[in-house]
Amino acid sequence: MNNIALNNAIRFIGLLFLQVFILNHVNIFGYINPMVYIAWVFLYPVRKTRSLFLILSFLLGISIDFFSDSGGINAFAITFIAYFRLPILMAVLRKSDLDYGQFNLKTLSANKIILFIAILTFIHHFIVFSVEYFSFSELLNIVSRTVFTGIFTILISFLGITLFTKRK
Amino acid sequence: MRQIIYFIKKFRYFLLFIVLETLAFIVIVQDRSYHQSKFVNSANAITGGFYNKANSVSAFFHLKKDNQLLSEENARLKNLLDAKENKFDLDSFTVKDTSQYFQKYDYSVAKVINNNFTKRNNFLTINKGAKYGLAPDLGVINSKGIIGVIKNVSSNYANVLSILNTNSKINVRLKNSNHFGTLVWDGKDYNITQIIDIPRQALVKAGDTIITGGKSAIFPEGIAVGVVKDFKYEQNKYQIINVMLFNDMSAIGEVQIVKNLHKDEQIILEQSVVNE
Repeated sequence: MNNIALNNAIRFIGLLFLQVFILNHVNIFGYINPMVYIAWVFLYPVRKTRSLFLILSFLLGISIDFFSDSGGINAFAITFIAYFRLPILMAVLRKSDLDYGQFNLKTLSANKIILFIAILTFIHHFIVFSVEYFSFSELLNIVSRTVFTGIFTILISFLGITLFTKRK
Repeated sequence: MRQIIYFIKKFRYFLLFIVLETLAFIVIVQDRSYHQSKFVNSANAITGGFYNKANSVSAFFHLKKDNQLLSEENARLKNLLDAKENKFDLDSFTVKDTSQYFQKYDYSVAKVINNNFTKRNNFLTINKGAKYGLAPDLGVINSKGIIGVIKNVSSNYANVLSILNTNSKINVRLKNSNHFGTLVWDGKDYNITQIIDIPRQALVKAGDTIITGGKSAIFPEGIAVGVVKDFKYEQNKYQIINVMLFNDMSAIGEVQIVKNLHKDEQIILEQSVVNE
């Protein structure tokens, strides 16, 4: 139990610093900054009680906002995907009930992991860019940014998950 | 009563979700309003401290370029000084220390420790704050042109609203014709900003230099901004004027903060005219 808490604490701080000091400044093709910190939502253990998970996700989002001066946008988006993670996971697995204690993302097939990550990523990015631009006339910009940034986020998080987490 | 408890129990995650989202929403709304100072910003001791540490490493790699910029500016200022000395080359003249009476702008230096330019609304963080006399609504420039306006200050750090932001509206004019306009940004390319509200009588050509107008109480007149890249003149007015900035907004190191010492006087005077 302690081990899991420690793991989560390290992951929280690691993802926060990775995001604000490195990924916010990579500027692929001049403007794409992947938002890999949402890997927090993919990796947090799936449990029946979700209060702590929701609160921690919110805190991670607001921390990112503090660093990148985006004022609540990231907190809003990450809380949203944190809440809808379970229903989306169920839909991806085509199951109506999960074995909460045993569930591990790594035991899924690569296709399902990518599908799961992709759905959450695109929802998250779409919210972030919609709130940031906040105008219907910029819809094309919003969608293109969502797609391009999303592709890099998915790529990096998938590689990160397959390389840096232990298979059980 | 029991039903209420049952209801709360059943929907507790949903209620928590709503509470958190409402919190985030309040922060977003507060952040959007220009006149309110933001609560969530990077000019606090923690984020500022981290950025300062990170910057002390990365600044090392820009030393060469920073040095070159400084020596360029030195050369330019020395030329100005020489030109001035020749003009007042009299046999004798009394020296009056009038600098304190006539000085209108006060400049101080700071360093950018966090720079954003890829988002729609960009902010910078600098390593000086209220301790050094910085306050909201002071202008930020560097040797090549304008950068933004200070929005929030903490004791050691300040948060700068970049010209690459929806809320940034800066009074500018054509260098050769005194026609004023407003500098805004459409969020596409960080090297190119737009001018709106320029009167149709103005004769704009590609390559014209744009400078600050000095109508606001923030920037002095005549600070360089950029050159006109292209423009569209339709239905008897200027639709779009694209301005190529002199500054490379992606690489900003040392900056200067402009403090208008006559600002209060100007604002009080303008207010009194409005009130009459």
